Amino acid sequence: MVSAVEVRNISMAFGANQVLSGVDLTIDKGQTTALLGANGAGKSTLIKILSGVYSSFTGEILIDGKVVTIDSPTTAKSAGIETVHQRIDEGVIPGLTVAENLLFEKIVSGEIPRAVSLKTIVNEAEKIAEALDLNWNRSKLRNDVYELGIAEQQMLILARTLSRSPKLLILDEPTSALSVAESQNLFRFIKNLEAQGIAILYVSHKLSELEQIAKKLVVMRDGKIRNEQSAPFSWDLALKEMLGQQELGERDNFKQVQGTSVTLKLNNVQLFKESAPLNLEIKKKEVTGIIGLLGAGKTELAKVIYGADELISGSMDLEGQSYKPAHPADAVIKDIYLVPEDRAAESMIPNWSISHTATLPFMGDFSARGIIKKLAEGIRGKELVQDLKVVTTSHEAFVDSLSGGNQQKVIVGRWLQSKPKLMILDEPFRGVDIGARRDISKRVRDLAATDVAVLVLASDVDEILDVADRIIVLVEGKVVMDVKAGETSKDKIVNKMSEVA
Amino acid sequence: MNIGKLNATNGFDLRDFIVKYGFILVTVILFVWFASTEPTFRMQNTLFSMLKFTSVVAITGLGVTLTMVVGGLDLSVGAIAGLSVTLSAMTMVIYAQTGAVALVVVLLGGALVGLFNAFLIVVLKIPDLLATLATMFTIMGLKLVPVDGQSVSSGLILRDGSVAPGKFTPGFLLIDRAYIGPVPLPVAIFFFLAFVVWIFLTKTRWGRVMYAIGSNPEAARLAGVRVQRYRALAYALSGVFASIGGLILSSRIGQGDISAGNSLLLDAVAVSLVGTSVLGMARPNAWGTTLGAVLIGIVITGLTIKGFPYYAQDVVKGLVLLTALIFSFTLSRRKSRFVPAV
Repeated sequence: MVSAVEVRNISMAFGANQVLSGVDLTIDKGQTTALLGANGAGKSTLIKILSGVYSSFTGEILIDGKVVTIDSPTTAKSAGIETVHQRIDEGVIPGLTVAENLLFEKIVSGEIPRAVSLKTIVNEAEKIAEALDLNWNRSKLRNDVYELGIAEQQMLILARTLSRSPKLLILDEPTSALSVAESQNLFRFIKNLEAQGIAILYVSHKLSELEQIAKKLVVMRDGKIRNEQSAPFSWDLALKEMLGQQELGERDNFKQVQGTSVTLKLNNVQLFKESAPLNLEIKKKEVTGIIGLLGAGKTELAKVIYGADELISGSMDLEGQSYKPAHPADAVIKDIYLVPEDRAAESMIPNWSISHTATLPFMGDFSARGIIKKLAEGIRGKELVQDLKVVTTSHEAFVDSLSGGNQQKVIVGRWLQSKPKLMILDEPFRGVDIGARRDISKRVRDLAATDVAVLVLASDVDEILDVADRIIVLVEGKVVMDVKAGETSKDKIVNKMSEVA
Repeated sequence: MNIGKLNATNGFDLRDFIVKYGFILVTVILFVWFASTEPTFRMQNTLFSMLKFTSVVAITGLGVTLTMVVGGLDLSVGAIAGLSVTLSAMTMVIYAQTGAVALVVVLLGGALVGLFNAFLIVVLKIPDLLATLATMFTIMGLKLVPVDGQSVSSGLILRDGSVAPGKFTPGFLLIDRAYIGPVPLPVAIFFFLAFVVWIFLTKTRWGRVMYAIGSNPEAARLAGVRVQRYRALAYALSGVFASIGGLILSSRIGQGDISAGNSLLLDAVAVSLVGTSVLGMARPNAWGTTLGAVLIGIVITGLTIKGFPYYAQDVVKGLVLLTALIFSFTLSRRKSRFVPAV
C-alpha cells in the first residue's frame, strides 16, 4: 500500500494538559482507515490538526512523502485534506439550489464567473453528479437544497469536497443522522471514492460500520495510539485498548445485592427508529448499571423513562401500572428522577445558589400559598452540603463556582430530599474527581438499600463496575448482556461491547 | 482597560461599584441638579405629576419585565394599550355601558391578546419577538375595523347615521384624576403593582421558577418544570398589565384616540431593559423597571422645565438606554441571559 498522508511524532498540549503525545499514523491510499477512541482520547484534536484548525502542535505531516505545512483550514485544503463534520446542516447553504451548493466552492473562488446562468451551473453540476453515480437529474439539481433529505445532503457535502480532488477525506461520525439503508448508500459511495485512490479516515463509535468499511483500525487513548490492526480486526483487543486497563487501586468493596420486585418494566421500547425493541425490568433495591458506547442509546433510554423524550414505540409499566410520562413533571410526580448527562446545559442554572438549585424541583414543598419558605430552603441547602460532603464556603454559594465533582453532588443530592422510586443517573461521573465519584457511588448505593431502584448509565466500564449490582450492556439500542455484577468481569463486558451486530 | 483590576487591591472595586450603584447615583444626581436649579421642579405637584406621567409606561414595563424574566420579550404591549383605549371608548360611548363594564372588557381584552401571544409562542413555536410583532400589527389594525378608523368620542356619528348614545363616565375618568391622600391614583396603582410584581418574582415559587426558565430553560424542564405553562402565564400577565396601562391612558385622554399607545412600546421595553442594570443584577426585576421609569420621568420632566425642545426627549431616552446596556453587558461580570435572540 502507498501512503497518502503520514503523521510523524505529533504532540500537542492545551496548557498543562497534554492531549496528544507522539502520534505516528499512516493513512493509506485507496482505503478506509478507522479511528476509534473514547471521549477525550485525542481523536478530535488529531482531526483538527489535520484539517488545519489547530496549528500549535509539534511534529510533521507528510503528504505523498513530502513534508507539508498545515497551519490553517485553507492550507489543509490546498494540501489535499478535506474534512466532513458531523453537523450536516452546517455544510449546506439553504436558499441555494442543489447545483449551486454542489459548485459552491467554485462559485466562491471565482472559478465560475460571478454572473452566470443557472443553466450553466446545472450543466456543470450534472457532470459531477454523473461522475459520482449520484443519480440526480436536472430537475433535482434545480431544487432548493432543503428539499434533499439529510442523507442526500450528506452526499452533496461529500461530492462538494471532491471538487478539489482531495488526497485524504476525513469523515467524522458520518452516519450519526442516517438510517441503515442510507448508511449502506454512503458506504457504496465511499467504496467508489476508494477506487479513485482517495484515502479515507473514518471516525465512528459504531463498530459494525467500521467492520464493514475499514481495512485498517487505529485505536487511541489518552493522546496516544494504543493499537493498530489490519482487517480482520480483533474488536475485543481494540476495545480493551480504547477503554484502558488502568487499575483503580482499592475498589470499594460492596456487598452485591439482588433486586426484589420490579419497579419499572419496559415493553418493546424502541430507542431509535430502526433499532430492535427493548425489554427490560428495573428492580428495587439494586443498582442497575447500563454500559454502552456513545450512540448505544443510553441517554435516549434515560430520557424516555423520564418523559423528556417521546417514546418511539412500546410501553412502560411502573409498579405494575401503565406509565406514560408526557413531560418530566409527570415523572417527578411519580418519584422518578433524573440526573442528566450534561451538567452545564441540562442541570445547572447560572448564578444559582446551592439552596436554590436544590429546591427547584420541589418548590411546592418549600412554599406555603406560593410564598417560598426561606428558612426551610436554607436548612435544605445546608443538609445537602452535609449529606453529600459538598466542598463549598456556604450553601449560598453559586453552584457554577464549585468544582465539577461538587456540582454533581449538588445535582444528585437535590433529588434525595424526597424518596425516589427510581433514580436515573446518566454519566454521573463525567468530569468528576475520584473522591467525589466515591462519595456519589456510596450515596447511590445507600439509596438503593432503602428500597429504591437505581439506574446508572455510563460508557466507562470501571465506573459501572464500581457501583452496580447488575450489569446491562447496550449496543446500538439493543441489550446484548444482562448479568449480575459478580458473575462477570471487565473482559467479558468489553467482549460483549465489541460484538459486532 | 480593566477598571476593576486597578482598584481590586485596596478592597474597593470601582467597576463593581459603578455596575451596582451607578444608576441610582445618576438618578439622584439628576434629581438634585434639577431640584436645585429649577424652583418649579421642587414643587410637590411637579413630583407627583411626573410620577403620574410615568405610571402608564412603568405599569406596561412591569408586564414586559415578566416576559423578559422567562427569556422572552413582548412587543405587543403598546398595541394592547392602544386597543384598551379603543375598547373602553367603544364600550362606554357606542354601547353606552358603565365604566365598570368598560374596565372588565379592557382587562379581558388584554388577557385574551396575551393568551393569543402565548398560543403563537408555545403551541405554534414562533419565536417570541416575531410572534408578538405579528400580534402588534394585527391588533393595531384590527381595533380600527369596528370604529371605521375613527377616534371614538361622545357625539360620534355611527354608520347608520345615528349619534353614539354614551359618553366616558365620570367614574371612569376618575381612574386618572382621583387621589388617595396626596397621591394620584395612577401613581398608587403603579407602586402597588410594582410591589406585587416584586413579591411575585422574588418571594413566590412561581417567580423563582420563571427566573430558572429565563436562565436555562432545558435545566428547568429537566427539573420537572412545565416551562410552556409559565411562559404562557408571563404573556397573559403582560397583556393584562398593558391593558391596565391602557385604562389609565384612556381615562387620561377621555376619548378613544386611535393613535394612543403607539409610542408606549419603545418606552416600556426601554424601562425594562434599563431595569436589568439597576443594582448590577443583570436580570429583569420589578424595582429596576420602576427605577428605570422614574429616572426617565425625572429626566424628561427636568429637561422640559429647562426648556429643551420635545425632540430632545427621544435622544435622552436613547442615551439612558444605551448607558444601561453598557452597565449590563459591558461592565457587569454577570452575563445577562435574558435578552432573546430572534
